[in-house]
Amino acid sequence: MAAVQPAQRHRATIQGLRGERLVGLFLLGWFALNPPILGLFGAATTVFGLPLLYRYLFAVWAGIIVLAALAIRGGEDTGATGAAEEAPARPETELDR
Amino acid sequence: MLSPGIILVAAFGYLCLLFAIAYYGDKRADAGRSLVANPYIYALSIAVYCTAWTFYGSVGRAAASGMDFLTIYLGPTLVFVLCWFILRKIVRISKVNRITSIADFISARYGKTQLLGGLVTVIAVVGVVPYISLQLKAVSASFNVLIHYPDVAMPGAVSTLPMFQDTALYVALILATFSILFGTRHIDASEHHEGMVAAIAFESMVKLLAFLTVGAFIAFGFHDGFGDLFAKAMEHPETRRLLTTAPTSAFGNWMTLMVLSMAAIVCLPRQWHVTVVENVDESHLDKAVWLFPLYLLLINIFVLPVAVAGLLAFRPEEVDADMYVLVLPMLARQQGVALVAFIGGLSAATGMVIVETVALSTMVCNDLVMPVLLRWRWLRLTERADLSRLLLGIRRGSIVGVVLLSYLYFRLIGESYALVTIGLVSFAAAAQFAPAIIGGIFWKSGNRWGALAGLGAGFLIWGYTLLLPSFVRSGWLDAEILTAGPFGMAILLPQALFGLTGLDPLTHAMFWTMLVNVGAYVGVSLLTRQSALERIQASTFVDIFRRGGAGQRFWRGTATVADLEALLVRFIGPFRARQALADYARQRDLNLGKPGDADAELVQYVERLLAGAIGTASARVMIASVAKGEIMSLDEVMAILDEASQIIEYSRRLEQKSQELEATSAELRAANERLKELDRMKDDFISTVSHELRTPLTSIRSFGEILFDNPALDIEQRRGFLSIIVKESERLTRLINQILDLAKMEAGRMDWQIAKVELKDVVADALAVTRGLFAERRIRLEVRVADDLPPIEYDRDRLIQVIVNLLSNAVKFCDAREGFVGLEAAVEGGAMRVTVRDNGPGVSRIDQPRVFERFQQVGNTMTAKPQGTGLGLAICRQIVERFGGRIWVESEPGKGAAFSFLVPIRAVAAAAQ
Repeated sequence: MAAVQPAQRHRATIQGLRGERLVGLFLLGWFALNPPILGLFGAATTVFGLPLLYRYLFAVWAGIIVLAALAIRGGEDTGATGAAEEAPARPETELDR
Repeated sequence: MLSPGIILVAAFGYLCLLFAIAYYGDKRADAGRSLVANPYIYALSIAVYCTAWTFYGSVGRAAASGMDFLTIYLGPTLVFVLCWFILRKIVRISKVNRITSIADFISARYGKTQLLGGLVTVIAVVGVVPYISLQLKAVSASFNVLIHYPDVAMPGAVSTLPMFQDTALYVALILATFSILFGTRHIDASEHHEGMVAAIAFESMVKLLAFLTVGAFIAFGFHDGFGDLFAKAMEHPETRRLLTTAPTSAFGNWMTLMVLSMAAIVCLPRQWHVTVVENVDESHLDKAVWLFPLYLLLINIFVLPVAVAGLLAFRPEEVDADMYVLVLPMLARQQGVALVAFIGGLSAATGMVIVETVALSTMVCNDLVMPVLLRWRWLRLTERADLSRLLLGIRRGSIVGVVLLSYLYFRLIGESYALVTIGLVSFAAAAQFAPAIIGGIFWKSGNRWGALAGLGAGFLIWGYTLLLPSFVRSGWLDAEILTAGPFGMAILLPQALFGLTGLDPLTHAMFWTMLVNVGAYVGVSLLTRQSALERIQASTFVDIFRRGGAGQRFWRGTATVADLEALLVRFIGPFRARQALADYARQRDLNLGKPGDADAELVQYVERLLAGAIGTASARVMIASVAKGEIMSLDEVMAILDEASQIIEYSRRLEQKSQELEATSAELRAANERLKELDRMKDDFISTVSHELRTPLTSIRSFGEILFDNPALDIEQRRGFLSIIVKESERLTRLINQILDLAKMEAGRMDWQIAKVELKDVVADALAVTRGLFAERRIRLEVRVADDLPPIEYDRDRLIQVIVNLLSNAVKFCDAREGFVGLEAAVEGGAMRVTVRDNGPGVSRIDQPRVFERFQQVGNTMTAKPQGTGLGLAICRQIVERFGGRIWVESEPGKGAAFSFLVPIRAVAAAAQ
């Protein structure tokens, strides 16, 4: 996995990418979790025994959490030193897998 | 059986366990093996966000309005997703500038005004009081409910009870005590409370597990799982509507709550403390991005099921929905689960109160009380040697004060509102900080006046639209205000300001406060100018990632003597600075050499000195930055005073230049002198040489002419003249050879033939050459050559030349009648010494050094016949010195002369040129 290690610029792009993904995720969450989209799932029906709204909210929420975790990890894996440019004290566990 | 005694023991036991964990955490921290430098602990500590509000209040809210309780947790999720841009920046800024509270952050960003820090503190205290009071309400209510086990009965109205019978008071006092024990055992400059963080992380786990346990029991034990529960819920209309968005169809409300919680997760003093101040490693934030939302998700899974179950089991007027979590297990006679629920709620409340009060006490002490006290000269605080006890006292006092204030609020207001409603009022107060903070880290033009205006106006509107109505609702203020407006002015209705109707009170309040806050912040910032300090702070904050933070020096706390000295040196120079400090120390009989903090007197003294150099205003700024723990770097402030220093710098450079110029011209002059002298010497040399050459040439020519002109000379005379010609020619040749030799030697272009040489042989050869001279003059010769002369590396011919020269000089100058010449050679020290003596007229002291110079002949050259070329000794000196030796003469007039030279036994290197 020893990709040739990037210059500061490449790492900065990784950070930028990670940041952009998170912003995108934020926007996704903002619109998904707020009315009016929320209202689409507000009917009084149950889906497999659980209320639609309940399911929807928790599913979207869990999805956002997972995506956020992946987005954060994603930034670590593709950078070879993995360390953020500003936070050097990060142990390098991801690359050892 | 769940008797009050057991409940109390359980509660105290749990609190003591927490304290033990905190104690252990602090011990580990002191030993350097921190417990809390761990992203999981960090994320769990942030979960102090979930208080009794989460534990009890969410269920109550869900029972009333369905899913919108979830917004309080969705908001933080989204904020953490976005953490890169906001939280990370805030953490970085706070680390670099050693910021220890939210008031500190805001006031630091806006030029470190005491006023702003104080205002933030006041807003924080007033805003958080309702929040703490809801914790008190929750704990005391849950206690009162639980002690009635197995009956399910709600506690009566608290306001009817006399105070000393009020559980909540005792709860308040106990929580205050524990908060003091957790957070104010000593003063730590970085405000890290590792033990407290460990305890909070633990209690986060406890409350999560407790809630999951209770929820699981209710869903699966009480009912047959989620499906069964919700199916039942769908049957009843009042529960069914909770499962939809019907209760929250007012868009404003949902989004308002989202925005509020997004602001609160950052701006609540306790959240700021655990997220920003207690953070030990920025990378922990990365894990917290998804760990904390995960926690929030887990703890909320069972909220709606429990609410539904409660509604199904009880009629609304029977049981307060906030208490469903506790009451349902009691109904099922599950005392274990009930106790777990109680402990969970206690845990949640305790965590919140501890962290919140510690954070508030820091702010109250640093930003509210101390600045005021420091201004009261009659307290002579600046002269106290040890302020730490005073600080601790103030902090403890403020913890007790805040908690008691919360109790008071609870007694006045608590009955009228559900838990969540009370909490939202606090959220709205905390949200007032958001514009100043967000603006502070992204917008450089945000300035102090804007922040003051925004915060002040927002706070006032908040108080008017949210706090006031709660007092009215509880009967403490005339209800007229809510219905008809103050003084009958309907346009100023607290819940419909300027005629804005149709919004629920919270949204209405949020709208107006944000409008006024942001509007005043932006407007006033644009209309007023920043001071230079603010500009520096602004760029420090906004550009924190670009600057990297490293290389900035930061100060906290009081100044050290070293700091002050450095400051002085910068402006009045090292010598004067040291002298000034020494004077000060001498006058007061102090030892300033010890590393430590400078007392206020010294600070003032230094300030006066500085004022002499840079003016009082600048001096005050400098000293303020050093003494009161400003978050400026010394270099930054230098930039402010750049004009003064630039001028000083420039003039210093000019001085330097002119000094250099002087030095250079002095060198040039010296060089010029030397050249002139060399020139003179060259002229002398040429004239002397030409004179020396001309003399024999003249003789040769004259005698030649005589011979030519007088063919009739007799043979004797002719022979005499011819011999003179021959002699002079020889002399000329000798002279020319010597001049050439000397020139070559002096130019270093001599070809030296270095070989191993035995001095004995050389002496023998030299004697052989000069035998004729000795015989001719009948001079007595004595030779004493030691036997143990080691061989040397030398130019054989040149050595012979030296000795021959000395001998012939001796012969020339020794006594006319009884000439004596002595030759000695022996080892002396690390060298061989050769001496040639004669008993001639000797050399006077003045002439002794001069004999070795070119063309110097002893004796009056006018009257005495020149006895040689005058170059012999000069050549000898060249040769001897080339081989590392020395040549000199010892003599007294009338007592002969002894010429000696040294041959170092290891004589080589210098000659090899």
